[in-house]
Formats: sequence, C-alpha cells, structure tokens
Amino acid sequence: MSKLSLGKYLLPTYVFLTFLFLMVPIGYTFVFSFNDSLKSNIIWRGFTFDNWLNVCDQAGVCGAFGNSLLVAITATTVSTVLGTMIAIALVRYRFKFRSSTNLLLFLPLATPEVVMGAGLAAQFLDLGWTKGLTTVIIAHVMFTLSFVVVTVKARVATLDPALEEAGRDLYASPMQVFWKITFPLLLPGVLSAAMLAFALSFDDFIITQFNSGSVDTFPKFVYTAAARGIPPEANVVGSFVFIVAIAIVIAVQVRSARKKRKLLSK
Amino acid sequence: MATEFIARGQDLELKGIRKEFPGFVAVDNLDLKIPAGEFFALLGPSGCGKTTTLRMIAGLESPSKGEILLGGKDIAGTKPHERPVNTVFQNYALFPHMSVLENVAFGIRQRKVADPLPRAEKALAMVELEHLAQRRPQQLSGGQQQRVALARALVNRPSLLLLDEPLGALDLKLRRQMQIELKAIQMEVGLTFLHVTHDQEEAMDMADTVAVMNQGHIEQLGAPEVLYDRPKTAFVAKFLGQSNMFIGKVMETNSETTSIEYKGRKITGLTKRSEKVTGVIAIGVRPEKTYFHETEPTADPGLNILGPGEITDIRFTGVSNQYQIDIPGIGVMTVFAQNVGRSPVVELGAQVYVSWKIEHSFGLSDLPSGVEEDQ
Amino acid sequence: MAFVAFGSQAPTKQQGPARTGWVALFLLLPGLFYLALFFITPLVSLIITSLKQPSETGAIGNYDYGLEFGNYVYAITQYAPQIFRSFSFALLATVIALAISYPIAYFIAVKSRNRPLLKGILLTLVIAPFFISFLLRTFAWKQIFSNDSMVVNLLKDIGIFGADSYIIGTSFAVVFGLVYNFIPFMTLPIYANLDRLDLSLVEAGSDLYASPSKTFRKITLPLSLPGIISGTLLTFIPISGDYVVASRDFLGGPDTAMIGNVVEANFLRIQDYPTASAISVMLMATIVVLVSAYVRRSGTDDLL
Repeated sequence: MSKLSLGKYLLPTYVFLTFLFLMVPIGYTFVFSFNDSLKSNIIWRGFTFDNWLNVCDQAGVCGAFGNSLLVAITATTVSTVLGTMIAIALVRYRFKFRSSTNLLLFLPLATPEVVMGAGLAAQFLDLGWTKGLTTVIIAHVMFTLSFVVVTVKARVATLDPALEEAGRDLYASPMQVFWKITFPLLLPGVLSAAMLAFALSFDDFIITQFNSGSVDTFPKFVYTAAARGIPPEANVVGSFVFIVAIAIVIAVQVRSARKKRKLLSK
Repeated sequence: MATEFIARGQDLELKGIRKEFPGFVAVDNLDLKIPAGEFFALLGPSGCGKTTTLRMIAGLESPSKGEILLGGKDIAGTKPHERPVNTVFQNYALFPHMSVLENVAFGIRQRKVADPLPRAEKALAMVELEHLAQRRPQQLSGGQQQRVALARALVNRPSLLLLDEPLGALDLKLRRQMQIELKAIQMEVGLTFLHVTHDQEEAMDMADTVAVMNQGHIEQLGAPEVLYDRPKTAFVAKFLGQSNMFIGKVMETNSETTSIEYKGRKITGLTKRSEKVTGVIAIGVRPEKTYFHETEPTADPGLNILGPGEITDIRFTGVSNQYQIDIPGIGVMTVFAQNVGRSPVVELGAQVYVSWKIEHSFGLSDLPSGVEEDQ
Repeated sequence: MAFVAFGSQAPTKQQGPARTGWVALFLLLPGLFYLALFFITPLVSLIITSLKQPSETGAIGNYDYGLEFGNYVYAITQYAPQIFRSFSFALLATVIALAISYPIAYFIAVKSRNRPLLKGILLTLVIAPFFISFLLRTFAWKQIFSNDSMVVNLLKDIGIFGADSYIIGTSFAVVFGLVYNFIPFMTLPIYANLDRLDLSLVEAGSDLYASPSKTFRKITLPLSLPGIISGTLLTFIPISGDYVVASRDFLGGPDTAMIGNVVEANFLRIQDYPTASAISVMLMATIVVLVSAYVRRSGTDDLL
C-alpha cells in the first residue's frame, strides 16, 4: 500500500524478525536437548545423543510423559463427545435458554486458570476426594469442553442443512441421516477440536498443579525441576512433542491442499 | 424396509392447508389438486409461500392445519423418509463426501432396493452423465450437478417429484436447455412433477397447469394460456406478462359487453371476460394485443380507441419493439409491435392513436393494490 | 482452531428450520451438567471457602464454615501490591502484545491473502510456540537472560549494563515473558477478523481520496475492532492469573509476585485456603465485570 520503496519492505522485515524472535526458545530447547550436561542443563558442555537415546533414564520424565498422555487421551475423548453434542444442538436446534447456555460455555474460556484450579481444588477438598489422576482428568475435561464447542460449532455452521433434508427426503431415518451424512461431514471439525483439546490438556500446568496431588504430568515435572535445573531429557520430550505436532499440522495442510487441487482438476 | 410405491397414478390434494410461523402466516387456507402425471407449476414472487408449500408436501415442514392427501390418504403426519415423494433442492444438496454414483444410489440403498448401483447407473444414463459417476459433486459444473440431483430423485420413481426452483442458478442458455430436458423426462417417465418457480416464462413454458400464488394463497389456477389470456386478479395480470390497466366505475353493462368510464373515455370489454360488473373495476389489455395508428381510426363498437398520444420511449428487444405512448389525460400505455423486418414506422415524439379489440380486454375481480375503491 | 472462531464476526445464525424438542435437551444436558458440576460449583466452593474461618482445633489447613468477610479485608491489605502489580503487568503486556501482534496478523490476513502457501506457513509458525511446553519456553528465556548468559555479558560489554545489572527477577523480564507467551493469543483473533476483511472496502477508501494511513485508521482499524477486543480479552485474562512466568524459578524475583503466585503459595504451600480463595474470587469478579461490559456491547450470540 505504501508508495515508499522502503516502506514496502518494512512490514515483511518486521514479520520476519518477529518470527525469528518467536522461534528462539524453541531453538534453545531443541539445542539444549543435546547438551551433555551433568545435573542441571544450564551451561553448555558438549554435544551428545545420549539424552535422546536414553530419555527414560532420567527419573520421572517418562512417567510424567506417560501420565500426560493418559490424561490427555481420556480427557480429549470425553470432552470431544460432550462438546460435539452441544455444538450440534447450538446450531441446529432452537431452545429457550440459549443465552444462558452461551454464557455458561463461554465462562471457562474467560476464567483465569488459577481461579478454576483453585476452585476445583477447594471443591475436592470439601468433598473429601483424594487428588490424583481422576481429579486431573475431571479438571481437564472441564476446561477443554468450551474449546471443543467453539471449534465444532464453527464447522457445524458451514454444514448446509439442505444436505440433511435431502437425506430425509431420500428415505434415511434421522439416525441414518446423522451417521451417513452429518457425522462424516463434521468429522474434520471434530478431529480439529480433538487435537486442540489434546494439545491444551497435554500442556496444561496451572489447573493440573492444583488438582493432581502427587501425580506428575510432564508440565508439572518441568516446573518442579525448574528450581534445581531442568534435565536435558525434559528438553528431549519437549522437542519430540514439538516435532510430532508440527509434522501433524504440516501433514494436514499438505493433505487438504492436495485434496483441493484434485477437486479443482476436472 | 422397502416403502411400497404404488407410484404413478396418484393424485395430490391439499385441503385447507395453513402454515404459521412465529410472527407471520406463510400459507393461508390453501386448496390445491394436482392430477397424477401432470407437470404442475407453482408460480409466485419470493415470500409468497410456494417454497413452504413444497416443503410441507415433502414433509420437511408440517402444516399448522389441513390435510395433504396422496391418492386419498392423508400423509400430513408421516415423516419425510416415509413418503413416496422426492425433492430436487434449489442448491442441489448433493452429498460432497460421496461420489456422484453414490449420491444417486443413496435413496434406493436406504429403501433396501436390490441392485442399487446398476439402477443408479441407469438413472445417470438418463441424464447423460454416466461418465461422471466416480467424480465428486464439487468437480461438476452447475448444470451437471443439477442433472445429478434430478437423477438422484428420479431413480426412486416417486409418486410426486418436487422441484424447488432448480434452474435458478443456471445461465440463460443452460436454463432453456434444461427446461426442455426436464419436460421431456417428465413426459417420458410419466411421473407427476411439481415445479416451484418465480420465473413466469419458465412456468408457462413447461407446465400443463400453473397455479399463481400470492401471500400464502392461490390467486388463480389453470393452463398457462388460460391464465395469460384471462387473468382474473390484478396480481395475476401483473405477474404474468405485462398489462395496461384501466380503473374506473362501471357505466353500462349488459349480457354482451361491460364498459367503464376512465378519465372521460369509455373502455369496453366482453361481459363474459369480466370477473366483476359493478362498482369500480379494473380492465386490462396485454400490450401485444394493442396497435398504434398514425391517423385516428374510425370509431367502432368492437374497438377501444385512445389517443392521441406521444411516443416517449421505444425499446428494441429483438423479437419486438416496445413503445411507451403518453396520452394526455389518460396516462402511459405500453404497446408491443412484433419486429417483422421493417424499421419502426414511427419515431420518438410521433403522435399516434392506440386501439385494441374489445374481446382482448379482461376484467379483473379486484383492483391493483394501492388503488382506492372510490375514485 | 478455537481462537480463530473467537475473533470471527460471522454470526452463527439459526440455520434451516430450527427444530425444538427433546433431542436438543438430550444433546445439551450431559455437557452442560458437567460444566455446572465442575465449573460452576467450584466457583461456589471458592466463595464458600473464602468465607471460612480457622477451625477450632487450630490445625493447619482445617477450616470451618463461616461468614468471615474479614478474609477479604486481610487479602486486600496484605496483598495489595501484588494485586496492583498483576493488573499493571497484564495491562502492559496486553498493550505490547497488541502492538506486536497486529502487524503480524495484518500481514498474514491481508498481505498474504493471495498466497495460501505462505499464509499456511506463517500461521503454523505463529502457533508453533504452543507446541513446546509453556514451561520449557519460559525456562529457555530464563537461561537466555540469566546472569552469565551471552546476552547479559554482551550488554555489560557494550556498557548498557553495569557490573551488577541483571535481567532475571526484574519486572522487565516478567513482562517480556508474558508478552512472548501470549502473542499467539492476541494474533489469532485479530487474524481471524482481518481474514474476513473485505478488501474492496479498502480500495473504496483509496478511490475516495484517502491516503493509505487514513484508510487504515478510518476503515481497516475500526473494522478490526472486534478482533482486537477478542484478542485483548483472551490475552489480559489469562495473564492476570498467571504465576509461572513471575515465579522465582522462572523469570520472576522477590519483587515480581503476581496474584497467581499469591494464590499458589497460599493454597498449595501455606494451606491458607480462605485467603487464597478470597483473592481468586476477587480476581474472578474483576474479570466478570470486564467481560460483562463486553457482552453488553455485543450480546451473547457472538461469544462462542
């Protein structure tokens, strides 16, 4: 837009530098996962693959990682099912207490994690429930639910209701319409919501810290270790997750680009 | 569960149908009878209730009151997937996650009919798209999608095929072509087609019977030529084609003719072509039935003559020339003259007289909206 | 992603013939009931706990039900600096994040609109930091800014820093960390909003003699306001409750404690549940006031 030849490059340069800045901690974490450190991974001592190859040697890392996975998978499943149901209801049905429902679903998104975490912890305290895996999973379902609803809702909104009407017109009962038409078309949105919920659950720290008792998830492990120095194996896990996540995102984008190209070619 | 299809030979009848939505009434006391095997058009402007009516027949809406009888049986309470009625949707509603063939086969699969795929292939062949069977709908052009939607509905041999403005998204040439094809297919398979549209030319061209809908009720129903030649209400007169309209108090009427007084002139029509013969009525005439003359024509009881007036606009539309003639004290009249090869014999500004035969007038049962009773 | 849906202003209108009836209830109730049980009730628990009084047995961590409003007075007086600091940090970090993120969002949504490949890459890069654990990223900055890191040494060599200067533990470090971590939260809603910007409006502006900067100020900026507001809420709220960045094990120091740190300390270490709850309730109340102002403006339909 700007007429100055200099101005034309100003924005791209800024964006480039900012992205570089955003990548710094990622690079740092990745590099230091190869650090041949003793106890704390603070000073660079030398390059080694040992951390990657023997990642579970470091006490607690793999256990915490495993717990995080378990919690994330369970919470994601429950949250995705409940959230998808709500999203469908919100878009396709008319009901009286719509405003309150929207508000109720929105509040967890606007509540600071420390408040939700402390609240749940206070409630578990009052109920006398011991904090552990169950309480963590309960907490994770709670805060990921709204994210699922938002994501799936966006997808449901793009679904032409005429498609379902056509299904009914063509002799499919309501159940059949749902399974043969609605659900396959919603699936990308549902998967997207599930991935989001998984990512949020896996990386969650604050709510987890308040509600997990002695159970360690990966973020909790890192936090506790931060005082004396985070072991390089934690970097390994972190980097590994990063690579997998980026790979999935790229794969999804490549796949949809390829699909688009195939559709456009007659 | 294979739904029994007694199929063709079933009349559709709507009795006293009413549909209310919160805040307004979409369809009010609708009565309609569609004989089996007919190509029936439901014509009207947007918001007149025609789509709502179609949806009620399909089962996608339920009427607030009234009966929907198919072959004498009331189907108003049955679900859409239990009715032997199929719809071609306005935007085709082809399932994007299935191939064209699977789309067409969907209904017959649901009804557990034997050999769904071969039947689907035959249906696709009928619309000449068998070579696109494995494509996805998104890869097809609008016209092709429309034909797939048609095949998908037809393959089920429904008692009644509903078409919801199916040609709206196509360009003119394609639309004309599809109109011919649709009509040919209907005659070939002998099914009853109910075609909903706002395009009056389309309706008149394709349908055996046209029902004109306005604000939730049917204004007039009949063969296209009858509706066109003898509109009974002002709405029908204005919606189908164009009209010159004259509103005046009836000054004399007998068994042969009825005349009104219009701004000091006398306008006459045949009594048997007038819906109302007392009070203030509207008499109209189609522009193509009028002629203009450069010299005043001789008075004749069989002619209405108005003029002189000035030609204020000439429009060339290929087939005809359309003239606007401003007659002082009367108003502006429209005259269509067929383009038979000579250039217009008159030019802008010329003074001409307008005449038409009284048997071409039609008298309406009501007045155009916005016109007061007493003038 | 969810954040995309936040800033998008496409109102989800009622589609097709909306059906009523028990199916809607069947779909809604399980999830809503779950939220009522595990979101609403905890908030109620917080309020109740905040009013508890020390138990008669005097044992640490044991409290009795009561109406001890004095807990709030204690919380405010005791922790006023942290409360004030939290909101100041949050405000500052939000503003800085906005300044940094808006051009990025603009670049992706407007300038790269015709290059889907570039757009896809940039969006991926924006959310990439999410894929490394929040804690690891913050810890990385701690290392990068630590007392004998290259950065600090360089600054000392140039002369900007004195021999005793340090970064970790300062307000700067905390705000820096907060800004870094929440840039994507600010960028994505603005991006989602700008992505829907009808460029012909901008062209119309030029056509009507507005200079590029004027067009931006009078057309683009106002139209992107909903995205900005979404992003601001999505950034300010989590930041105000964060305690990881300000924690002494990460980028914080003795003078940088935020509300979250106070709650963490009181709840998990000191076991002073009433105080911790009182502070949480006050934090929540502030957020509710902010959000209500927003909801009153735009209604509840666009919330999700």
